[in-house]
Amino acid sequence: MDGFAHQLIAGIATGGIYASVALALVMIYQATHHVNFAQGEMATLSTFIALTMIQAGLPYWVAFFATLVVSFIIGALVERILMRPVQNAPVLTHVGVFIGMLLIISNATGWVFGHTTKAFPTPFQSDGLLFGGLVSAHELGSTAVTLAVLILVYLFFAHTSLGLAMRAAAYNPRSARLVGIRVGWMLALGWGLAAAIGSVAGMMVAPAVFLDPNMMLGILLYAFAGALLGGIDNPAGAVGGGFAVGVLENLAGAYVVGTELKLTVALVIIIGVLVVRPSGLFGRVVFSRV
Amino acid sequence: MKPLLIAAGLALALLPIWALESFHLFQLTLAVIMALAVLGLNIVTGYNGQISLGHGAFFAVGAYATAIPMSLLDWSFWATLPVSAIVCGVVGWGVGFPALRLGGLYLALTTFALAVAVPQILKHKAVEAWTGGVQGLFLLKPEAPAWLALSPDQYMYLVALLVAGLCYLLTANLLRGRIGRAMMAVRDNPTAAEAMGMDLASLKTRTFAVSAIITGMAGSLSAAVVEFVAPDSFTFILSISLFVGMVVGGVGSILGSVFGGLFVLFVPNLAEAISRSAPGVIYGAILILFLFILPDGVAGLVRRFTTKKRIIPGRETS
Repeated sequence: MDGFAHQLIAGIATGGIYASVALALVMIYQATHHVNFAQGEMATLSTFIALTMIQAGLPYWVAFFATLVVSFIIGALVERILMRPVQNAPVLTHVGVFIGMLLIISNATGWVFGHTTKAFPTPFQSDGLLFGGLVSAHELGSTAVTLAVLILVYLFFAHTSLGLAMRAAAYNPRSARLVGIRVGWMLALGWGLAAAIGSVAGMMVAPAVFLDPNMMLGILLYAFAGALLGGIDNPAGAVGGGFAVGVLENLAGAYVVGTELKLTVALVIIIGVLVVRPSGLFGRVVFSRV
Repeated sequence: MKPLLIAAGLALALLPIWALESFHLFQLTLAVIMALAVLGLNIVTGYNGQISLGHGAFFAVGAYATAIPMSLLDWSFWATLPVSAIVCGVVGWGVGFPALRLGGLYLALTTFALAVAVPQILKHKAVEAWTGGVQGLFLLKPEAPAWLALSPDQYMYLVALLVAGLCYLLTANLLRGRIGRAMMAVRDNPTAAEAMGMDLASLKTRTFAVSAIITGMAGSLSAAVVEFVAPDSFTFILSISLFVGMVVGGVGSILGSVFGGLFVLFVPNLAEAISRSAPGVIYGAILILFLFILPDGVAGLVRRFTTKKRIIPGRETS
């Protein structure tokens, strides 16, 4: 039973990571109706930047917040430079640009930082496990951090005028422009925020899975699965979906399929959701006018 | 004029059998195979507008559908081709069925996940007895019949050329006919196509199956040419390479698929000379550059130079 409880809690901890990446995906999806295939790679790049700062002697939390800022700027720049010129192009162009970014970032990080697997420090150090061996300090700490990020993002969108403006720009760009919102900049801001959220996920997961250029590939798949499960147009749903997928993955890995097929579990979840309930558990069914 | 062109093209395609040494001929054979694989992707993405990021999976299925009977059951290469086509068609239909009923983005997601998961599935214990697990399978390339007097490498080039040529011919005919027009109508205006009485889901799923078969044929050829299959030859990088090849060659162009195949094979070799990571970076940069500057790919460029400018009276020519 203890084993089960531990698997459950570990699942919630990884679920928090998936939930963050899923939230980053949904933020960009809501604003542009595109899924950023390079989201994971951008997070890996941020984590490498954080590692470089820590190795240069900065304290962990200084490096953490500096990485957030740098990631935000990178995200916003990507929107300005790469996405803006193709904003009216067909879906294929967008997918192509995302794939191009994925290739460039993952190989460039390998080129600059090396392909070897690296250890990444955690700020939540303690000896042994807490609460009678149920949870490690890092699992507890990283879950707390991801939850804090999710709450902050919610507060930002629900209770600030900038958050409201961003929602308006995503929901109805033309009307938003007419009331004076700079829709283009709101998109860039959204990309920046998504990149920053992704960087938190990267820094929180790196101590557990170790850092290498392909670290986020599997995590991105799970985030896709989580976002689809919860409904890709519903941020709260996507977060819930991320947690659910984390628990599901851990339990399936421990009791059903073993660790070798973990990625296949994500594929099965994706296909299962698409077949049974394409709009996700909490998503809206979209009707389009012809 | 046209028969002359065809004869010249044939001569040009056959010339390398005698003109190139073994290694370069082997590489050219692989390029022909890649061109076939890109053609398969182009059918579904270029002509039907359904974005697949996972065609490497069908390449893998085709390769294993040839390698398993050849290596474990001693079948001849030719006997495995129909089996491979059927298996790939069924798998393609099965993957496309749930995803194609939804928007193109969901298909991209599903196929992306499929591409990432394929090596894991191939390595799994349940199928290890057939796939050989991580070690993969070894097989022997078919011998040339005695009357041809060709070395195995020369023969395999001929075989690849023959199979690929046949597939190209069939595809061109398919796309030129009623079904091809229906496929393009679905791509360009699904609502209008549906209003005209086309069954979108069925047409898309069948297109996906055909496309999987063509790419699977390329996989079968590659298994025989390389004489080896292993899960790590079919990572998601293969799928991405096919996608890049299609965009660079020309989306929705049969000729473009040929350029795409040459690109997929030869550009990474050139870039590898710079650094281990260089091919990926250069691939990504070229992909984005083409999407920005030349969205029609190399084929579009060729078309621009070969078609005569029509001057429409009363309009300024640029």
